[in-house]
Amino acid sequence: MSSALTLPESAPATGHSADVSALLAELDAELVGLAPVKRRIAEIAALLAVDQARAAIGLKGTAPGLHMSFTGNPGTGKTTVALKMAGILHRLGYVRKGHLVAVTRDDLVGQYIGHTAPKTREVLKKAMGGVLFIDEAYYLYRPENERDYGQEAIEILLQAMENQRGDLVVILAGYKDRMARFFECNPGFSSRVAHHVDFPDYTREELMKIATLMLGRLGYAFDEGATAAFERYLERRMAQPHFANARSVRNALDRARLRHASRVFPRLEAAGREALTTFIADDILASRVFEGEETGATHA
Amino acid sequence: MRITQGTFSFLPDLTDAQICAQVDHCLAKGWAVSVEHTDDIHPRNTYWEMFGMPMFDLHDAAGALQEIAACRATFPERYIRVNAFDSTRGWETVRLSFIVNRPKVEPELRLARTEGPGRLQRYAIETRGR
Repeated sequence: MSSALTLPESAPATGHSADVSALLAELDAELVGLAPVKRRIAEIAALLAVDQARAAIGLKGTAPGLHMSFTGNPGTGKTTVALKMAGILHRLGYVRKGHLVAVTRDDLVGQYIGHTAPKTREVLKKAMGGVLFIDEAYYLYRPENERDYGQEAIEILLQAMENQRGDLVVILAGYKDRMARFFECNPGFSSRVAHHVDFPDYTREELMKIATLMLGRLGYAFDEGATAAFERYLERRMAQPHFANARSVRNALDRARLRHASRVFPRLEAAGREALTTFIADDILASRVFEGEETGATHA
Repeated sequence: MRITQGTFSFLPDLTDAQICAQVDHCLAKGWAVSVEHTDDIHPRNTYWEMFGMPMFDLHDAAGALQEIAACRATFPERYIRVNAFDSTRGWETVRLSFIVNRPKVEPELRLARTEGPGRLQRYAIETRGR
């Protein structure tokens, strides 16, 4: 009797798990590195799939709280993953619409008394059925000013995170140390955020892969000299202050495009497909990052 | 006397799930949903009081339902309706409007007749019992 019962129900369950694995494969192809992040997403996906399968055979469970905190240095992909997360949670059937509303302190906190609550509620209403992404969430809490309106926004957020768990998922993002302090000062938040995901810095190999991926999307490519030059560029840039991982890579590539364009432009009529799509070593080596090296060379 | 104004008013009162489905339909069409209330149900009273702003860039009915719940809590003894405004060029008007809350005792509408000079008679609708 039980086999007759479980057969039709296991069919949609396997279909669902196939969907989940396709989704994870897609994530793997589109995002370089980020192993701990992918592992966590796989765990959440598995949990939701299992929950649905359990619900199908009549086992009741409460919806798991999925509020998350993304911590990591700039350019490690927090916003990108949040955007993907909204899509993933939608496909897993956890949120109804799957859109992402990205906000910062300015969008939540008002300018005068009584302005904050409606503003925060408005944002929450827009995020219903999707994901609310609060970038640099620690700015909400300003202990040095006890009359700061941020506290009011925090209270409303906490209330919504508790009572409307099925309606929206809140993702808080920011630097690791400041988020840690923020959670320490707001125990309400840390107890309601079930998933703390740390985004590691990319290694040089991963950044190289990201660069190739970005170039592929833009329709450019490195030649051999440029590949070697860009590896050297990354090595030097990573040692410098204000290195912002993938964002720095994107900026470097944007500047390389400028140099490439001004190199090709004088002979634009004669330029073939090869010339229009290939970066050579000089496009990279002209960067300011190499300035020290050249002067060093002249001194030597 | 049961007031019949707007869509669905000849049906039994909509449940929250039904309201949710209607609002979702409106949002899918790209209409902006708003909540209004009044204690004056006269048919000529077209402009009810707004409860909050119209909800532009709403994606999900849960937000509207929250607003309806807040309005019911504030004005349990008033009529509350949900409007869906279509801002598409050429329409620019309310496409759907339905009542989501009624007072426990509804007022009565009555036809009043006024005698004029000669055999002239003027008619008016009066609300009674509010």
